[in-house]
Amino acid sequence: MKHTISVLAAAAVLGSAQSAMAQTEVEFWHAFTGRLGELVAEQVETFNSSQSDYTIVATHKGNYSETLNAGIAAFRAGEQPDILMVFEVGTATMMGAKGAIKPVYEVMGSGFDQSKYIGSVKGYYTSPDGDMLSLPFNSSTPVLWVNRDKLQEAGIDPDTDLSTWEQVGTVLDQLKEAGVDCPMTTAWQSWIHLENFSAYHDVPFATQSNGFDGTDTELAFNSAAQVAHIGAMGEWAKDGKFIYAGRRNEGGANFRAGECALFTESSAGYAGINAEAEFDFEVRPLPYWTAVASEPQNTIIGGASLWVMEGQSDEEYAGVAAFMDFLSSAEIQAKWHQDTGYLPITSEAGDLTRSQGFYEANPGTDIAVIQMTAKEPTSNSKGLRLGSFDQIRGIIDEELEAVWSGDKDAQTAMDSAVERGNALLRRFEQASR
Amino acid sequence: MEKRVTFKGIWLPLLLVLPQILITAIFFFYPAGQAIWQSLFIPDPFGLSMQWVGLGNFEYLFSDRYYRASFVTTAVFSILVTVVSMGVALYLAILADRLIKGSGTYRTLLIWPYAVAPAVAGVLWLFMFNTRVGVVTWYLGHLGYDWNHVLNEGEAMGLVVVASAWGRISYNFLFFLAGLQAIPKSVIEAAAIDGAHFWTRFRTIVWPLLSPTTFFLLVVNIIYAFFETFGVIHTITSGGPQQATTILVYKVYSDGFVGQDLGSSAAQSVVLLFIVSILTVVQFKYIERRVHY
Repeated sequence: MKHTISVLAAAAVLGSAQSAMAQTEVEFWHAFTGRLGELVAEQVETFNSSQSDYTIVATHKGNYSETLNAGIAAFRAGEQPDILMVFEVGTATMMGAKGAIKPVYEVMGSGFDQSKYIGSVKGYYTSPDGDMLSLPFNSSTPVLWVNRDKLQEAGIDPDTDLSTWEQVGTVLDQLKEAGVDCPMTTAWQSWIHLENFSAYHDVPFATQSNGFDGTDTELAFNSAAQVAHIGAMGEWAKDGKFIYAGRRNEGGANFRAGECALFTESSAGYAGINAEAEFDFEVRPLPYWTAVASEPQNTIIGGASLWVMEGQSDEEYAGVAAFMDFLSSAEIQAKWHQDTGYLPITSEAGDLTRSQGFYEANPGTDIAVIQMTAKEPTSNSKGLRLGSFDQIRGIIDEELEAVWSGDKDAQTAMDSAVERGNALLRRFEQASR
Repeated sequence: MEKRVTFKGIWLPLLLVLPQILITAIFFFYPAGQAIWQSLFIPDPFGLSMQWVGLGNFEYLFSDRYYRASFVTTAVFSILVTVVSMGVALYLAILADRLIKGSGTYRTLLIWPYAVAPAVAGVLWLFMFNTRVGVVTWYLGHLGYDWNHVLNEGEAMGLVVVASAWGRISYNFLFFLAGLQAIPKSVIEAAAIDGAHFWTRFRTIVWPLLSPTTFFLLVVNIIYAFFETFGVIHTITSGGPQQATTILVYKVYSDGFVGQDLGSSAAQSVVLLFIVSILTVVQFKYIERRVHY
């Protein structure tokens, strides 16, 4: 009798130990609120209820910068999460932190098929050997948004060709003449008009393949092509054809309110514009200068990727791998792509979206995908890998503002931005030695 | 005649000041020491490695013309905030002091803005002066003035000064009013009987008797402008345009938390430490001499 009780007790202890082991908690820190936050919560919920081994605990940690800082502070205190969302400009910082991160291809193990991910999306986050260091989560690319009603009012054919900046320039003249207050505005000026501009025209933004080949990289966006573009934009700003609204996506409010005819903004602006715009709008590919390139190269991405932090248990890493596998599945990716306007990270998800008839029902939503994937990326269009890049963007913003206000000419401003940015790159190089 | 209480031994007085020393050591000397120590290194953001650079961080800072310009920006900003907030507060306090009916309501209303946090104050002013949808911008536009603090350095500075000084007026007002009410009425009445006008009375009686309050507010306001205006600047201009509103404290934040450059950030904290020490010494040594208690 006594014997039976002890066996039962042992069984009970084992049983409870097993149920505790059954649910490995995986911590996931992200930067999404609002509609995107809900969609992330939905993904996590779907994953958690689809299996019983792991529980993903998703926590919002503020905006992109705050999330990165929270991750860094937590790592220093030994309390880091399993998965940390880091925006694309933090990529070099994370890559430099060997010993703090565990590359995704290692976490995913030997059966990991990296070829299913779209090259120009994953390229931003791969090692020089082509191995994925983090998992792209939300990626978008800049496109040209057109208010067709505004063009029509100004007596311009709304179907007019806007694929080159030369053509855009002519249309801006016509819009101004017709008395339009805001012919064009932009969001994310550095990302669109310098970083993507360089990739799209296949000119270097920085040396050492935009920083991919080493931290001894130097900024190179003060060359003729970029200066000509910024100079033209500066002229447009002076003539009131380009209206500057702010460093982030402040211009979006003006476009959605129907004030502006043309708007260069991320493809992920789709959800907001679609919800608010009370006019006929259209997505066009980002324009290029025929004077610089006979045809455009690909654009690069913006957004964030998921990094796996070092120092966790094997069970947790298994949970991370299962979750990342789930995120990469065609159904989940296709849904995410269609809900948010972010690019699909696998070609399967793109194909599935097409076969579901989404692109036909929502014309223009595939422009971003085509623009990203039409050409194989070159060393100038794979992405950027520069340290302290959040701050360098701040410097670029300041110098661009000086051009828009007429304080500096394009060459002086770009030279100054390069010089100031290089000082930060040298600091980063020294810190990551 | 020595009237001070003196202790015979050393242990009892030491024991009595021990709590104070402990608190100062833990919350001031230790972090300050850490900042000085860290300013001699370039660490990587994750704290995985540190490189000894000696005074390299300081050399780097002072070779940066934007850092040097930040000193001027900070001086201009602090002086403007202090002068505007104290000047307006004094004017309102003098009016409130002469008020007989309804002074309670008047005072309560004036104290309200003090309850508004700097970041919220920043957002409120930003809404009014937003370059595209702001109410004030819209009226200015009708008057033919194109307000754009996003690109115009002077306007940006003006806006952060006004937003920072606004909440501070309440606080200064309270102290000035208390100071004014502590001045014996008989002195002022005597002067009035002697034929002194309001301005003469203010200059020869009120202002000297108010000087302890003014001195206290001067110290407190400069420290406020140096450190606590961060929220206002962060929400309105983020230090722009072209670093025109980047005060020293904002640069510590942006280099440390945006640029992850902790070495430079620590060095800047040390520089700030020195500036504040010097300011405090100057204030107590030279300005306080002219204060009549």
